[in-house]
Amino acid sequence: MSVLTSGSRTRAPSGSEVPDLEARSLRRRRRRADNLAAYLFLAPQLLGLVVFTVGPLVFALVLAFYHWDGFGTRSFAGLANFVDVLSDPRIRRSAVNTLWFTVLQVPGLMVSGFCFAVLMQRAGRLTSVYRLAFFAPVITSSVAVAAIWLWLFNPDISPLNHALSAVGLPAPNWLQDARFVIPAFAMVGIWQGLGYQLVMFMAGLQSIDRSMLEAAQLDGCSESQKLRHVTIPLLSPTILFLSITSIIGSFQVFDYIYVFFGSTAPDASRTIVYEVVQLAFQEFDFGQASALAVLLFLALLGVTGCQLAAQKRWVHYTE
Amino acid sequence: MSAFPDTIRSAGTTSKAPSGSARSGPRRVLLHAVLLIGAIAMALPFAWMLFSSFKPLGEIFIQPPKLLPQDWNVQGYRTALGGADFVRGFWNSTYIAVTVTVVSLLTSAMAAYAFARIEFRGRNALFMVFLATMMIPGQLTIIPLYIIMGWLGWVDTHAALIVPPALFNAFGVFLLRQYVRGIPVELEEAAQLDGASRVRTFVTIILPLLRTPLTALGIFTFLGQWNNFFTPLIFLNSSDKFTLPLLVNQFKGQFTSDWPALMAATTLLAAPMLILFAIAQRQIVDGIALSGSKS
Repeated sequence: MSVLTSGSRTRAPSGSEVPDLEARSLRRRRRRADNLAAYLFLAPQLLGLVVFTVGPLVFALVLAFYHWDGFGTRSFAGLANFVDVLSDPRIRRSAVNTLWFTVLQVPGLMVSGFCFAVLMQRAGRLTSVYRLAFFAPVITSSVAVAAIWLWLFNPDISPLNHALSAVGLPAPNWLQDARFVIPAFAMVGIWQGLGYQLVMFMAGLQSIDRSMLEAAQLDGCSESQKLRHVTIPLLSPTILFLSITSIIGSFQVFDYIYVFFGSTAPDASRTIVYEVVQLAFQEFDFGQASALAVLLFLALLGVTGCQLAAQKRWVHYTE
Repeated sequence: MSAFPDTIRSAGTTSKAPSGSARSGPRRVLLHAVLLIGAIAMALPFAWMLFSSFKPLGEIFIQPPKLLPQDWNVQGYRTALGGADFVRGFWNSTYIAVTVTVVSLLTSAMAAYAFARIEFRGRNALFMVFLATMMIPGQLTIIPLYIIMGWLGWVDTHAALIVPPALFNAFGVFLLRQYVRGIPVELEEAAQLDGASRVRTFVTIILPLLRTPLTALGIFTFLGQWNNFFTPLIFLNSSDKFTLPLLVNQFKGQFTSDWPALMAATTLLAAPMLILFAIAQRQIVDGIALSGSKS
């Protein structure tokens, strides 16, 4: 609105009023046509934005403050849903499990992704062959991935356990042992996610200015010094991006658990998103489920916010 | 940000050997040994899946476990195909993923064009809203979405799986907008002087020039939809509407101890994307790298 009004106010009487008026109304008509055209082009996505994204977001925030099973009457709950969720020992356990999974998976993914990317950079013509193997799990359905690992984790028939006991290592009952179930998820997650990290790190390495590395070489830097003082600082935007997206992804782990255990996962293996789904679609407590989902969202915002705030200290942009 | 199409082009696919000490001799052998071991470790679970699907049931329990079947056998596939309607599941998955991909590419490109090329009121604010929605986790909106689908009468229909992702793709809009901004505006001005409407300019000039990002985004969208487990799990109840991942998950529950059959079903689920990947490795890897270049 402000654009239109300020534009239509004549400032000083100039010599030729009539052509000015004409030009103005032409401009106004043009602007109106532009607005219309823009919103017509945007119409489908705007509809999706309102009905399937922003609407549900607001709805979820409201639901978190109500008691509702989706069918009967809704009643205002105040903070009761949040209190219930936060004081439920099983959900607390699930939160700890989710954190433990994240602590295992994110560094595992990023360190192995980075190391293999550095190596693969030097692999020459064979790069694409290796990449095929590393990347295949990324494009595979997580249901297929979980079904394969269901076998590899079964102590009676697992070739993995056989190999472990052959070299004298303990061969745990991965999915049934409370100490090993979360590390087992992390193993699957790393196997499936490694190729993505690898490709992202390789793209980052590729965009590093070669002359920087050559200059370091001329100054007599060793390989490890170059890695530490040139490559890693220049790669820091990629590292930041991957750490943000991997933490978000780890906080939301669900598919494997559901395929492994269905709707009867033991407490030691449950995660926050698993609890949200159980609360909403097994117990039909939409209020508590929404409250838990809101808490998850706030946690994600908090962690991402901290990472973005801390980036000034270590992320190096070359622009 | 402006430089990012360049990083895409080089994303992972080029393989020039950089200067380094690994070029010669034993270090090079060591390098390839490490990479080869890594690659084999990554591929082994797939090999296990594939070969086990051809084992007779009795061979599963042989100790020590053997990778290759001693007696090749397609009983697993017979059980799998008899136990669940994989053909229908395959069709459901394929047509849902194709529809979402085609429609979402079109609607995203339209929105991207508006954001990049037309001056309109509220443009920047609206664009910020689009960007901000990328932070919203799907698990937060799934409960209201389920209720909304109930109101629309779309629970247990494919519409619930198709319409939301087809009509809203914030990342796609963002990505394509970057590319539209990179197209020289003179091309459109010339067309407009010749009397072409905006729609015509969009269809005949913009869309063809967006072929590369549309291909990458399309592959990426298709993969995501084909492998999607979460929303079909929530929205679908009847097994004749199930997508392939749901069907395999259900099959897993019914044939818990028939491992060859389960591995056969898993192979049927994994193989199409693995074959697609083998054919279009370059586009897929670039598409995935593209998804991260928004940083």
